[in-house]
Amino acid sequence: MSPLARDRLLLLTMGAMIFSIPLVMRNPYYLNVLNIVALNVLVVAGLTLLIGYAGQISLGHGGFYAMGAYISALLAIHLGWNPWITTGIAMALTGMIALIIGIPTLRLRGHYLVMATLGFNLIVYILLIQLDDITGGPSGLSRIPYYTIGTWGFTTDLRCYWLVWFFALLGLFLAFNLVHSRMGRALMAIRESEVAASCLGIETWRCKTEVFIVSALMASLAGSLYAHYMSFISPKTFDIFYSIEVVAMVIVGGIGSLWGALLGSAFLTPLPYLLHFFEEYKDLIYGAIFMGVLIFLPQGLAGGLVKLYQKRRLMSQLKKVQE
Amino acid sequence: MNQNLAQFIFSGTTTGAIYALIALGFCIVENSMKIVNFAQGDFLTLGGMFMFSMLYALHLSILPAIVLSVLAVALIGAAMERFALRLAKSKETVVLVFITIGASIFIRGGIKLIWGKSPKSLPYFSGAHPIDLLGARILPQSLWVIGGTIAVFLALHHFFHHTKQGKAMKAVAYDPKAAALMGINVEAMMMLSLALAGGVGAVAGILIIPITTMTFDMGVMLGLKGFAAAVLGGYGDVMGAVIGGLLLGLLESLGAGLISSTYKDVIAFVVLLLVLFLRPRGILGKEEWERV
Repeated sequence: MSPLARDRLLLLTMGAMIFSIPLVMRNPYYLNVLNIVALNVLVVAGLTLLIGYAGQISLGHGGFYAMGAYISALLAIHLGWNPWITTGIAMALTGMIALIIGIPTLRLRGHYLVMATLGFNLIVYILLIQLDDITGGPSGLSRIPYYTIGTWGFTTDLRCYWLVWFFALLGLFLAFNLVHSRMGRALMAIRESEVAASCLGIETWRCKTEVFIVSALMASLAGSLYAHYMSFISPKTFDIFYSIEVVAMVIVGGIGSLWGALLGSAFLTPLPYLLHFFEEYKDLIYGAIFMGVLIFLPQGLAGGLVKLYQKRRLMSQLKKVQE
Repeated sequence: MNQNLAQFIFSGTTTGAIYALIALGFCIVENSMKIVNFAQGDFLTLGGMFMFSMLYALHLSILPAIVLSVLAVALIGAAMERFALRLAKSKETVVLVFITIGASIFIRGGIKLIWGKSPKSLPYFSGAHPIDLLGARILPQSLWVIGGTIAVFLALHHFFHHTKQGKAMKAVAYDPKAAALMGINVEAMMMLSLALAGGVGAVAGILIIPITTMTFDMGVMLGLKGFAAAVLGGYGDVMGAVIGGLLLGLLESLGAGLISSTYKDVIAFVVLLLVLFLRPRGILGKEEWERV
């Protein structure tokens, strides 16, 4: 079986499992957490393409997430346009901004790239707070219209579950296609050595900018979905901690693997909710777990699982030989 | 107008000196491990908090309180290297940098647990009576901050350029394997650099707690500003850290005074991005050639 076919089969199985969860569990609180996981999967999958495959770091995707949410919400509230259409417009605008920012920014490397993307996120965040005539300032926007199909609205956590997970899995599916294409191989070449890649005739700046835009589009889509699902947004959701958190999901999941995007989001998103139980110790424990995973599972959860599987297979083969 | 300008320049220099001091902390770790240490801002908070406790809980006089606070944070920095960074199974930059972010969250959680959420303050070192200088009024504490930054800068400049230890540390950053073959104790050097970064962070915290008061999450924003300053000047360069810090402080203060105080951070970051687009390695940074 080709790697792409294997990934698609695994994705299909995963999708079947994910879509059967609501059959046994309908607690709106848990469903809400799972919906946030799905939105993060979308953002993290895009970032995995950028960080894991192209080797470019960004601590600014909270900014694109914010643009998706605010542009779509504002158009839907003030002009009364259909949320599906405003979501598309938000993606188009975010993509254009990503292009304008990406060209000069992606020339930077290492710490300089980290700072530039971080700076972009900080600028967006401050503007969201200060332009309060438009954005509602720190208190944000409320009563954002829901998505609808005819008269049927995505108004509950359960209904939105189908919606957000559909887009999360679609995002993963497209990302797998990209990774197994000519473009994906070009990106990996850039990650290993930019000079070598350009010697092979790969237009490195073009590839980097394209994948940057793709990841921004995925973040924008997630942002719009978030806005029309929660029906309320405020700048707090889109600060640099969000950007740090999603990059942490990429790393904790396993840097070079799209499956890591799924695992990382599924692991780190609910963690703060679970640690709520520890009250004042929760930041301490969160920090310790965060460090612990990075220290002891450097290939992330996905890498850890693969290793465990390989070890088991090796052991069983060893047993067979011994017998 | 002229008087105002002088005032903006002085207050900008004071904030700039603080940013420079934090940037110097980033610089030290870069010069041994080639990573960004995002816990640098929290070292500053720790310094201020320890100082507060040494004075009010242990009733020490100022000088021993300063020495003990600096040592305490240096110890925490060393512990961070020994028990987190050194244990890391992957030495990839991204992984190490995110371990420092984890450490930052951990330290902040600890500070909140021990010192609580309420802001802590200390009296000025030498009175609150402002001094008139060129028509501008400056607090004596600002002079302490500027003096402290100059002292730390001179000490670090001497350390990295004129001592064997400092050169050994830079050798570790350049190539750990080659450095080890030359008989340098690589791990000890890395531990020393984090201890130094902790000490410098503590000094910054002690100097600014009378001006700004200290809350548990103060280090986040100040740490980012220090990082921005270090990048602006040219990451890892001691002189660049000071230039970047002063420039960022002046930009903010002049931007706030002459253009708009609500958008001072936006102005500062936009200028930072523009500088990076024109000089991708900061003001003093040199273009590195990649050997293929």
